[in-house]
Amino acid sequence: MENKQRNLAYNNYVKEKIPKTKAWPSLFYSFLVGGAICLLGQGINDLLLLAMPNISQQSAWGYTLIILIFVASLLTGLGVYDQIGKVAGGGSIVPITGFSNSIASPSIEFKSEGIVYGICVKMFSIAGPVIVFGTVASAGVGLIYWIISLF
Amino acid sequence: MLDYLWVFLIGGLICMIGEVLIITTNITSARILVTFELLGVFLQAVGLFDPISAFAKAGINVPIVGFGASLAKGAIGAVKTYGLLGVFTGGLAATAGGIAAAVVFAFVFALIFKSHTKK
Repeated sequence: MENKQRNLAYNNYVKEKIPKTKAWPSLFYSFLVGGAICLLGQGINDLLLLAMPNISQQSAWGYTLIILIFVASLLTGLGVYDQIGKVAGGGSIVPITGFSNSIASPSIEFKSEGIVYGICVKMFSIAGPVIVFGTVASAGVGLIYWIISLF
Repeated sequence: MLDYLWVFLIGGLICMIGEVLIITTNITSARILVTFELLGVFLQAVGLFDPISAFAKAGINVPIVGFGASLAKGAIGAVKTYGLLGVFTGGLAATAGGIAAAVVFAFVFALIFKSHTKK
């Protein structure tokens, strides 16, 4: 009983301390920033296709994503991406730039713990699940297709 | 010009759904990324991704949904070419560019930049 009450009091205390995001402005900014990042990607993609008419659409996407990842890693290093993230929330997490930020941010933050145990180990603290779930899910999809193709 | 408007609207909408999830469930960014990635894997597996992508372009390819779709597309394509081997090689091979770029740039910039302590 006493434990229950203590838990309740603690949960209320935690609730008080959780930073409150104001719902409406954050929805607006996540829409604006997320849309803008996608727009930037489309712009880069179209410019690449103009500059190199010989490459396929698929290669153009590859280059586009790598450029976006480069920019996001650089902005993370400069400390700018986290500032954008404070305002944009989902708008900065959901695009591929958010994946890039999730790898760059802990690597830079834990640099002080050394190259191996800091940078290399912490690099995947957020992106690890993304790669694990992605690999497992894609293998699952591939396996289902393989089984279907047997019949 | 209208194409760009759709890219902006659809990309913005997907990100806003992410923000709605964050506000309503206090979900962490790793879970957000995984959720949208698996959505992409699913859309590609059932064949819905390509028709959406033809219309939404970067609006759905830049969000991590596109990353998930590439994983599934790679696995399916590799199974068609290599059979059972493709189950294991396809997904990561298709997304290797993105993963390698993120790892390489993160490593290089981590060596160059110092941490900006979060305030």
